[in-house]
Amino acid sequence: MRRSLRVRIGYALRAGMALLAARWRFMDAQQITSFVVSTHQVFSTMLSLTVTAGKPYTCCAVPKFENEVSGIIGMSGDMQGMVVLSFPTSTAKNVIRAFTGMDMEPSSPDFADAVGELVNMISGAAKAKFEGKNVSISCPSVVIGKGHKVAQPSDAVCITIPFDCPAGQFSVEIAIKSAKAAANPTSQHPSSAKAA
Amino acid sequence: MKVMLVDDSKTMRTIQRNILMQLGFKEIEEACDGLDALSKVGPFAPELLLVDWNMPNMDGITFVKTYRAQGGRSPILMVTTEAEKTRVVEAIRAGVNNYVVKPFTPDSLSQRINETLTRAKAA
Repeated sequence: MRRSLRVRIGYALRAGMALLAARWRFMDAQQITSFVVSTHQVFSTMLSLTVTAGKPYTCCAVPKFENEVSGIIGMSGDMQGMVVLSFPTSTAKNVIRAFTGMDMEPSSPDFADAVGELVNMISGAAKAKFEGKNVSISCPSVVIGKGHKVAQPSDAVCITIPFDCPAGQFSVEIAIKSAKAAANPTSQHPSSAKAA
Repeated sequence: MKVMLVDDSKTMRTIQRNILMQLGFKEIEEACDGLDALSKVGPFAPELLLVDWNMPNMDGITFVKTYRAQGGRSPILMVTTEAEKTRVVEAIRAGVNNYVVKPFTPDSLSQRINETLTRAKAA
Protein backbone atom coordinates (compact mmCIF):
# COMPACT_ATOMS: atom_id res chain seq x y z
CA MET A 1 0.00 0.00 0.00
CA ARG A 2 2.81 2.39 1.09
CA ARG A 3 4.84 1.46 -1.97
CA SER A 4 1.84 2.18 -4.15
CA LEU A 5 1.46 5.63 -2.53
CA ARG A 6 5.16 6.44 -3.06
CA VAL A 7 4.88 5.43 -6.68
CA ARG A 8 1.81 7.63 -7.10
CA ILE A 9 3.56 10.63 -5.48
CA GLY A 10 6.59 10.01 -7.70
CA TYR A 11 4.41 9.99 -10.78
CA ALA A 12 2.60 13.15 -9.61
CA LEU A 13 5.90 14.98 -8.97
CA ARG A 14 7.36 13.97 -12.30
CA ALA A 15 4.16 14.94 -14.08
CA GLY A 16 4.10 18.31 -12.24
CA MET A 17 7.72 19.11 -13.11
CA ALA A 18 7.19 18.14 -16.70
CA LEU A 19 4.09 20.33 -16.78
CA LEU A 20 6.04 23.24 -15.25
CA ALA A 21 8.89 22.84 -17.72
CA ALA A 22 6.46 22.59 -20.58
CA ARG A 23 4.67 25.68 -19.31
CA TRP A 24 7.90 27.69 -19.17
CA ARG A 25 8.88 26.52 -22.61
CA PHE A 26 5.40 27.42 -23.81
CA MET A 27 5.64 30.87 -22.24
CA ASP A 28 8.95 31.54 -23.99
CA ALA A 29 7.60 30.31 -27.28
CA GLN A 30 4.46 32.38 -26.77
CA GLN A 31 6.50 35.54 -26.21
CA ILE A 32 8.55 34.93 -29.33
CA THR A 33 5.36 34.27 -31.26
CA SER A 34 3.93 37.56 -29.95
CA PHE A 35 6.79 39.45 -31.59
CA VAL A 36 6.47 37.53 -34.86
CA VAL A 37 2.74 38.29 -34.96
CA SER A 38 3.14 41.96 -33.96
CA THR A 39 5.92 42.53 -36.54
CA HIS A 40 3.75 40.98 -39.23
CA GLN A 41 0.78 43.09 -38.06
CA VAL A 42 2.73 46.40 -38.07
CA PHE A 43 4.39 45.81 -41.44
CA SER A 44 1.21 44.66 -43.17
CA THR A 45 -1.04 47.37 -41.67
CA MET A 46 1.21 50.43 -41.75
CA LEU A 47 3.62 49.60 -44.60
CA SER A 48 1.59 47.21 -46.79
CA LEU A 49 4.57 44.81 -46.67
CA THR A 50 4.29 41.08 -46.02
CA VAL A 51 7.08 39.75 -43.82
CA THR A 52 8.35 36.21 -43.49
CA ALA A 53 9.91 35.16 -40.20
CA GLY A 54 12.95 32.89 -40.24
CA LYS A 55 14.08 30.48 -37.55
CA PRO A 56 14.91 32.35 -34.30
CA TYR A 57 18.45 32.02 -32.94
CA THR A 58 20.31 33.19 -29.84
CA CYS A 59 22.01 36.57 -30.14
CA CYS A 60 25.45 35.00 -29.49
CA ALA A 61 25.22 33.29 -32.89
CA VAL A 62 26.75 35.02 -35.92
CA PRO A 63 24.17 37.56 -37.19
CA LYS A 64 22.83 37.10 -40.72
CA PHE A 65 23.64 40.75 -41.62
CA GLU A 66 25.39 43.79 -40.16
CA ASN A 67 23.21 46.09 -38.04
CA GLU A 68 23.35 49.67 -39.28
CA VAL A 69 20.07 51.12 -37.99
CA SER A 70 18.54 49.99 -34.69
CA GLY A 71 15.40 51.10 -32.86
CA ILE A 72 15.49 50.22 -29.15
CA ILE A 73 12.65 49.98 -26.63
CA GLY A 74 12.99 49.17 -22.93
CA MET A 75 10.39 47.08 -21.10
CA SER A 76 9.63 47.35 -17.39
CA GLY A 77 7.08 45.99 -14.94
CA ASP A 78 6.34 42.26 -14.76
CA MET A 79 8.69 41.68 -17.69
CA GLN A 80 11.96 43.59 -18.00
CA GLY A 81 14.49 43.96 -20.77
CA MET A 82 14.68 45.34 -24.24
CA VAL A 83 13.56 44.93 -27.82
CA VAL A 84 15.77 45.93 -30.75
CA LEU A 85 14.57 46.33 -34.33
CA SER A 86 17.66 46.24 -36.57
CA PHE A 87 18.18 46.84 -40.26
CA PRO A 88 20.97 47.18 -42.78
CA THR A 89 20.76 50.77 -44.16
CA SER A 90 19.33 49.68 -47.54
CA THR A 91 16.42 47.83 -45.88
CA ALA A 92 15.82 50.68 -43.43
CA LYS A 93 15.55 53.20 -46.30
CA ASN A 94 13.11 50.97 -48.18
CA VAL A 95 11.04 50.35 -45.04
CA ILE A 96 10.88 54.03 -44.12
CA ARG A 97 9.84 54.90 -47.68
CA ALA A 98 6.99 52.37 -47.39
CA PHE A 99 6.02 53.77 -43.97
CA THR A 100 6.15 57.50 -44.66
CA GLY A 101 5.83 57.66 -48.44
CA MET A 102 9.05 59.70 -48.58
CA ASP A 103 12.69 59.03 -49.42
CA MET A 104 14.83 59.86 -46.39
CA GLU A 105 18.51 59.64 -45.55
CA PRO A 106 19.57 58.12 -42.20
CA SER A 107 21.05 61.52 -41.25
CA SER A 108 17.54 63.02 -41.19
CA PRO A 109 15.89 63.31 -37.74
CA ASP A 110 12.62 62.16 -39.34
CA PHE A 111 14.32 58.90 -40.36
CA ALA A 112 15.16 58.10 -36.71
CA ASP A 113 11.66 59.18 -35.65
CA ALA A 114 10.07 56.72 -38.09
CA VAL A 115 12.34 53.84 -36.97
CA GLY A 116 11.46 54.65 -33.35
CA GLU A 117 7.75 54.58 -34.11
CA LEU A 118 8.06 51.18 -35.80
CA VAL A 119 9.78 49.55 -32.82
CA ASN A 120 7.26 51.28 -30.54
CA MET A 121 4.31 49.73 -32.39
CA ILE A 122 5.94 46.27 -32.59
CA SER A 123 6.76 46.24 -28.85
CA GLY A 124 3.37 47.64 -27.83
CA ALA A 125 1.45 45.12 -29.90
CA ALA A 126 3.63 42.24 -28.60
CA LYS A 127 3.34 43.16 -24.92
CA ALA A 128 -0.45 43.32 -25.24
CA LYS A 129 -0.27 39.58 -25.93
CA PHE A 130 1.60 38.82 -22.65
CA GLU A 131 -1.44 37.53 -20.79
CA GLY A 132 -1.73 38.57 -17.15
CA LYS A 133 1.44 40.69 -17.25
CA ASN A 134 1.57 44.38 -16.48
CA VAL A 135 4.33 45.69 -18.74
CA SER A 136 5.29 49.25 -19.64
CA ILE A 137 7.44 50.33 -22.57
CA SER A 138 9.88 53.23 -22.73
CA CYS A 139 10.08 55.93 -25.36
CA PRO A 140 12.23 54.56 -28.21
CA SER A 141 15.90 55.30 -28.87
CA VAL A 142 17.52 54.92 -32.27
CA VAL A 143 21.16 54.08 -32.98
CA ILE A 144 22.60 54.61 -36.46
CA GLY A 145 26.14 53.52 -37.34
CA LYS A 146 27.83 50.81 -39.33
CA GLY A 147 28.32 47.53 -37.46
CA HIS A 148 27.13 48.79 -34.08
CA LYS A 149 26.21 46.31 -31.38
CA VAL A 150 23.49 46.83 -28.78
CA ALA A 151 24.58 45.28 -25.47
CA GLN A 152 21.93 42.98 -24.00
CA PRO A 153 21.30 42.16 -20.33
CA SER A 154 23.75 39.45 -19.27
CA ASP A 155 21.15 37.49 -17.31
CA ALA A 156 18.44 37.31 -19.98
CA VAL A 157 18.37 34.99 -22.95
CA CYS A 158 18.53 37.08 -26.10
CA ILE A 159 16.68 35.73 -29.10
CA THR A 160 17.00 37.12 -32.63
CA ILE A 161 14.09 36.63 -35.01
CA PRO A 162 15.21 37.18 -38.61
CA PHE A 163 12.66 38.55 -41.06
CA ASP A 164 12.54 38.95 -44.79
CA CYS A 165 10.22 41.21 -46.75
CA PRO A 166 10.18 42.92 -50.19
CA ALA A 167 12.11 45.84 -48.59
CA GLY A 168 14.96 43.52 -47.52
CA GLN A 169 16.15 41.60 -44.47
CA PHE A 170 15.87 42.81 -40.88
CA SER A 171 15.67 41.38 -37.38
CA VAL A 172 13.91 41.77 -34.05
CA GLU A 173 16.08 40.98 -31.01
CA ILE A 174 14.31 40.25 -27.75
CA ALA A 175 16.07 40.09 -24.37
CA ILE A 176 13.36 40.02 -21.73
CA LYS A 177 12.85 38.18 -18.47
CA SER A 178 10.32 38.12 -15.64
CA ALA A 179 10.76 40.79 -12.96
CA LYS A 180 11.65 38.06 -10.42
CA ALA A 181 14.61 36.97 -12.52
CA ALA A 182 15.54 40.62 -13.09
CA ALA A 183 15.90 41.14 -9.31
CA ASN A 184 19.10 39.06 -9.52
CA PRO A 185 21.93 41.39 -8.36
CA THR A 186 24.21 40.25 -11.19
CA SER A 187 21.97 41.93 -13.77
CA GLN A 188 23.36 44.84 -15.77
CA HIS A 189 21.66 47.81 -17.33
CA PRO A 190 21.29 46.99 -20.99
CA SER A 191 20.86 50.32 -22.70
CA SER A 192 24.28 50.87 -24.18
CA ALA A 193 25.33 50.63 -27.80
CA LYS A 194 28.79 50.34 -29.27
CA ALA A 195 29.89 51.03 -32.78
CA ALA A 196 32.20 48.37 -34.17
CA MET B 1 -13.52 71.78 -37.39
CA LYS B 2 -10.33 72.23 -35.38
CA VAL B 3 -8.35 69.09 -34.55
CA MET B 4 -5.26 68.77 -32.35
CA LEU B 5 -2.76 65.92 -32.82
CA VAL B 6 -0.68 65.09 -29.75
CA ASP B 7 2.09 62.57 -30.47
CA ASP B 8 5.86 62.66 -29.92
CA SER B 9 6.42 61.00 -33.31
CA LYS B 10 6.38 63.44 -36.21
CA THR B 11 5.90 60.46 -38.54
CA MET B 12 2.71 59.45 -36.74
CA ARG B 13 1.42 63.03 -36.66
CA THR B 14 1.98 63.30 -40.42
CA ILE B 15 0.14 60.01 -41.07
CA GLN B 16 -2.79 61.15 -38.91
CA ARG B 17 -2.78 64.62 -40.50
CA ASN B 18 -3.01 63.07 -44.00
CA ILE B 19 -5.96 60.90 -42.93
CA LEU B 20 -7.72 63.90 -41.35
CA MET B 21 -7.19 66.01 -44.49
CA GLN B 22 -8.68 63.22 -46.62
CA LEU B 23 -11.71 63.35 -44.30
CA GLY B 24 -12.01 67.06 -44.97
CA PHE B 25 -10.49 68.50 -41.78
CA LYS B 26 -8.41 71.57 -42.55
CA GLU B 27 -7.58 73.26 -39.26
CA ILE B 28 -5.05 70.94 -37.66
CA GLU B 29 -2.63 71.83 -34.87
CA GLU B 30 0.19 69.57 -33.66
CA ALA B 31 1.82 69.09 -30.25
CA CYS B 32 4.81 66.86 -29.47
CA ASP B 33 3.86 65.93 -25.88
CA GLY B 34 1.33 66.63 -23.13
CA LEU B 35 3.04 69.81 -21.95
CA ASP B 36 3.18 71.22 -25.47
CA ALA B 37 -0.50 70.32 -25.94
CA LEU B 38 -1.52 72.04 -22.69
CA SER B 39 0.16 75.24 -23.85
CA LYS B 40 -1.74 75.08 -27.18
CA VAL B 41 -5.28 73.94 -26.24
CA GLY B 42 -6.19 77.37 -24.85
CA PRO B 43 -5.39 79.53 -27.89
CA PHE B 44 -6.29 76.87 -30.51
CA ALA B 45 -9.49 75.60 -28.81
CA PRO B 46 -9.63 72.20 -30.56
CA GLU B 47 -13.00 70.52 -31.15
CA LEU B 48 -11.38 67.06 -31.34
CA LEU B 49 -8.08 65.76 -29.95
CA LEU B 50 -6.10 62.69 -31.02
CA VAL B 51 -3.71 61.84 -28.18
CA ASP B 52 -0.87 59.29 -27.88
CA TRP B 53 -0.18 57.61 -24.50
CA ASN B 54 3.61 57.21 -24.22
CA MET B 55 5.31 60.56 -24.65
CA PRO B 56 8.25 62.30 -22.95
CA ASN B 57 7.77 65.27 -20.54
CA MET B 58 4.04 64.60 -20.02
CA ASP B 59 2.28 61.41 -21.11
CA GLY B 60 -1.14 61.27 -22.72
CA ILE B 61 -3.06 60.14 -19.63
CA THR B 62 -1.66 62.97 -17.49
CA PHE B 63 -2.50 65.42 -20.27
CA VAL B 64 -6.10 64.13 -20.53
CA LYS B 65 -6.61 64.35 -16.75
CA THR B 66 -5.18 67.87 -16.64
CA TYR B 67 -7.20 69.00 -19.68
CA ARG B 68 -10.43 67.66 -18.17
CA ALA B 69 -9.58 69.16 -14.75
CA GLN B 70 -9.12 72.53 -16.46
CA GLY B 71 -12.62 72.25 -17.93
CA GLY B 72 -11.71 70.98 -21.41
CA ARG B 73 -14.78 69.24 -22.86
CA SER B 74 -13.83 68.41 -26.44
CA PRO B 75 -13.89 64.71 -27.37
CA ILE B 76 -10.59 62.88 -27.07
CA LEU B 77 -9.57 59.89 -29.19
CA MET B 78 -6.58 58.05 -27.75
CA VAL B 79 -4.31 56.62 -30.49
CA THR B 80 -1.74 54.38 -28.86
CA THR B 81 0.18 51.10 -28.84
CA GLU B 82 -1.24 50.36 -25.35
CA ALA B 83 -3.72 47.62 -26.22
CA GLU B 84 -4.38 45.90 -22.87
CA LYS B 85 -7.95 46.07 -21.56
CA THR B 86 -6.69 47.52 -18.25
CA ARG B 87 -5.11 50.42 -20.17
CA VAL B 88 -8.29 51.09 -22.13
CA VAL B 89 -10.27 51.21 -18.86
CA GLU B 90 -7.66 53.54 -17.31
CA ALA B 91 -7.88 55.85 -20.33
CA ILE B 92 -11.69 55.96 -20.29
CA ARG B 93 -11.63 56.74 -16.56
CA ALA B 94 -9.17 59.57 -17.22
CA GLY B 95 -11.60 61.16 -19.65
CA VAL B 96 -10.88 59.62 -23.04
CA ASN B 97 -13.97 59.21 -25.28
CA ASN B 98 -12.71 56.61 -27.74
CA TYR B 99 -9.65 54.45 -28.37
CA VAL B 100 -7.61 53.30 -31.38
CA VAL B 101 -4.74 50.83 -31.10
CA LYS B 102 -1.67 51.27 -33.30
CA PRO B 103 -1.06 49.88 -35.88
CA PHE B 104 -4.22 51.14 -37.58
CA THR B 105 -5.45 51.35 -41.15
CA PRO B 106 -6.66 54.71 -42.53
CA ASP B 107 -10.17 53.20 -42.60
CA SER B 108 -10.13 52.12 -38.95
CA LEU B 109 -8.87 55.54 -37.79
CA SER B 110 -11.41 57.35 -39.96
CA GLN B 111 -14.19 55.16 -38.58
CA ARG B 112 -13.19 55.90 -34.97
CA ILE B 113 -12.94 59.65 -35.65
CA ASN B 114 -16.45 59.72 -37.14
CA GLU B 115 -17.77 57.51 -34.32
CA THR B 116 -16.24 59.81 -31.68
CA LEU B 117 -17.74 62.93 -33.24
CA THR B 118 -21.16 61.31 -33.67
CA ARG B 119 -21.21 60.21 -30.02
CA ALA B 120 -20.07 63.67 -28.87
CA LYS B 121 -22.89 65.32 -30.85
CA ALA B 122 -25.46 62.94 -29.40
CA ALA B 123 -24.31 63.54 -25.83
